[in-house]
Amino acid sequence: MSIFMVLVIVMAIATAGYFIGRQRAVSKEGGNVKPHSLPHYHGWWVFLASALPAVLFIAVWAAATGVYLERSAIAELPTRTADTVIASQSLELGMVSGIARGLDRLSDAERANLPQTFAELQPLLASKGVALATEGQDYMIPIAVEWNRNTAWASSVGGIVAIVLALAGAVFGLSGVNVRARARNNVERIILGALIAASGIAILTTIGIILSMLFQTITFFQSVSPSTFFFGTVWDPRFAAAGSGGSQGQFGLVPLLAGTLYIAFVAMLFAVPVGLFAAIYMAEYASRSVRSVVKPLLEVLAGIPTIVYGFFALVTVGPFLRDLSAALSGGYAFIQAQSVLTAGIVMGVMLIPFVSSLSDDIITAVPGSLRDGSLGLGSTKSETIRRVVLPAALPGIVGALLLTASRAIGETMIVVLAAGVAANLNINPFEAMTTITVKIVNQLTGDLEFNSPQTLVAFALGLTLFFITLAMNIFALYIVRKYREQYE
Amino acid sequence: MTDIALNPAAPASARPARRDIGLKRRYAAERRFKLYGITAIAIGLFFLVALMYSVFSNGYTAFWQTEVNLAINLDPKIIDPDNKRATDPNVLLTANYPILARNALAEKLGVPTTNKPAMRELGKLFSEGVRGQLRELVVANPSLIGTTQSVWVLTGADIDSAFKGQIDLTVDQTRRKVSDQQVEWMNKLKGEGAMSQRFNTGLFTYGASSRPETSGLGVALIGSLYMMLIVLCLSLPIGVAASIYLEEYAKKSRLTDIIEVNINNLAAVPSIVFGLLGLAVFINFFHMPRSASLVGGMVLTLMTLPTIIIATRAALRAVPPSIRAAALGVGASKTQMVFHHVLPLAAPGILTGTIIGLAHALGETAPLLLIGMVAFVANAPVTPLDPSTALPVQIYMWANEAERAFVERTSGAIIVLLIFLAVMNITAIILRRRFERRW
Repeated sequence: MSIFMVLVIVMAIATAGYFIGRQRAVSKEGGNVKPHSLPHYHGWWVFLASALPAVLFIAVWAAATGVYLERSAIAELPTRTADTVIASQSLELGMVSGIARGLDRLSDAERANLPQTFAELQPLLASKGVALATEGQDYMIPIAVEWNRNTAWASSVGGIVAIVLALAGAVFGLSGVNVRARARNNVERIILGALIAASGIAILTTIGIILSMLFQTITFFQSVSPSTFFFGTVWDPRFAAAGSGGSQGQFGLVPLLAGTLYIAFVAMLFAVPVGLFAAIYMAEYASRSVRSVVKPLLEVLAGIPTIVYGFFALVTVGPFLRDLSAALSGGYAFIQAQSVLTAGIVMGVMLIPFVSSLSDDIITAVPGSLRDGSLGLGSTKSETIRRVVLPAALPGIVGALLLTASRAIGETMIVVLAAGVAANLNINPFEAMTTITVKIVNQLTGDLEFNSPQTLVAFALGLTLFFITLAMNIFALYIVRKYREQYE
Repeated sequence: MTDIALNPAAPASARPARRDIGLKRRYAAERRFKLYGITAIAIGLFFLVALMYSVFSNGYTAFWQTEVNLAINLDPKIIDPDNKRATDPNVLLTANYPILARNALAEKLGVPTTNKPAMRELGKLFSEGVRGQLRELVVANPSLIGTTQSVWVLTGADIDSAFKGQIDLTVDQTRRKVSDQQVEWMNKLKGEGAMSQRFNTGLFTYGASSRPETSGLGVALIGSLYMMLIVLCLSLPIGVAASIYLEEYAKKSRLTDIIEVNINNLAAVPSIVFGLLGLAVFINFFHMPRSASLVGGMVLTLMTLPTIIIATRAALRAVPPSIRAAALGVGASKTQMVFHHVLPLAAPGILTGTIIGLAHALGETAPLLLIGMVAFVANAPVTPLDPSTALPVQIYMWANEAERAFVERTSGAIIVLLIFLAVMNITAIILRRRFERRW
């Protein structure tokens, strides 16, 4: 019995329960006693009482079955020795479950006289559309057969229990249908529970982010010491072949961090003046009609996916800067196509709308009385802005700039395409540098194995990135909160 | 303020001379300041225009593909030399179809088939994709064998570029990818009307391929569609439920404070971190399939959730308290008040926020790279569990290809993506204009 089948049956029972429950409630109305809940609440209560425990049980059972199957399969695998062919236990386990999945597709007759060696089994399964890794072993076949037997047993027992639970729940719910039964309150309590669970997902996500990266990072630090990671100045991870472990790469964070901050700095250097002046003009000078055209146009820049900016940098800006530098110096292109400058400028363009719309909101929020006071004393508009409005808006603007900077640091696609992959440590903005995000992408695309430092380092990088941006965001919120009251 | 302070040393005469308060200088500063603002806006708009121009000028040609019309003789001697097709179905699948196209082309151009070097040059005029095209034709209808069919065949990528004028034909032929002979043939076919540009349906239907002319967005479009559906089905209910709890039910407590700060922070977490989360939790821990749009959709859901929650809470907050008081006053329970009265009134705002969140998710690339969506997927995925790619990931993969024809395709794919985004955002704006209500 498949999980899907069981779910359908449970839902059918629960739906039947809904209709019977509602019917019962209707039939009990009409006496002298005023009914507490509307009939459909009784229906829903029966539905929930029947479906909820059964579905929860199915979920728990399915998870537990998976763990149990793996445990029992691992117990049966021969002990690993130095000359075990297959690199890791998880790989072995994957092969066993692959064979088991393949055996499932065989007909009964084929299963009755199963070949005993893997070499014979492989073409048979391949003809059923299950491709297996070539280094499967003969001993895996009985384990896979056992696996399938256990699966069948677990799913039939689980299915029966779930259906019994659903029936019991329905009977329980139906027995409670009564004129004064507080069905609405019961249903509403469950709704509230669901709402709380939904908002818990936000917390779960954060916990998931931190824990998942933390565990991998700790594993990483078991093979590479934290001090060489945080203070190392050479990045040379050296993709080692699986299992060889001989050559140990160097994982120095410093060049990546330097590149990240440098590119973000160049981007901010470009985006802050442009964005800020655009915001000032739109908030203080522009007429309504100009504003209603220009503001959405600038915000289009924020809606363009970063991959498009990356492509723009790769195809247009990078070659343009290279050719420009070649023309200026008469032949020698001192700006490389992939450089800090290219990535910084394009990222700056991406950040303009963030700076401008955030600062625009903050500048418009400065009370008009401050402006009126300053203008009334005879200062010009620009003097009012520079000496009154901007100081009043400063904390908000600093907060906005911090948020923008954290976005620049976490930006991936632009730098992947425009900044280059060489982990250099230099101060020439015309050369290529690389960033934390680029290296995360580099280390984790392609074939990977989960226990080499070459891949685990990506999680250490991710955790570093997460904490840098988190600190900047919290600091930004703190600044905004602390100074906000002053002018209101 | 010192500039404008009264100058106590001003001479007091009967008709006081105008005090010099530097008006000229200050007005000049005023104009300069204003100019800075205009320049800033101009720079922003300039880059917007430059970006759009760069994409559209590179990409609009991708929607047309050069094809050549051939009268192909489906010769049974070549398709099935041993006449075994009745018994062995593999014969039709493995037959040498490109030879047929080459012979047809040679006949058309009057090149003798014995001229080996010329034939080799000729073979590069049309795409290798002709093999699949003719195979489909013949397998679907074996009775065509022996007849002559008029078929539009894709040209090779280089010929396509040359035909569109993207290859500089003035340089020496050894330094470009098409030879003079090929150009001559091309012009001849063009003159006869046998070679022309036709609408590129392949761009929307083909999967991954190493040849530019037969690679398309088919797989990516399906993958993105699945992911958007998953994001919509997961993030809208969860986001709305979470917002309702936080906005309508939750009392101010330590816990709700933590949730609030959390959501604001999640909205600012770099998207690539969500990719790491998906890789570690969904793929490594729960053993979900790599490259599947299900995992991609779930990762994007987690990423979009904060956006939707923030938008929904703003929409709920905009519903005036009087509505709530009235509902409660006529005897509705709190849940009834929320679901029957507040939520319907907040729906347009929620919808707008959701569409904007979806548009954001559609353009997101970085997290998808980490969960293995950078895959060479040639066959269209059937379920969300099958390997697939996504629109922005396809753009990323094509951007890394060197050939000129891929630059064109990349820009074409970007145009498709931008059109989707524009439609979504305009829908959101229209919804907001149409249903926005001020109390």
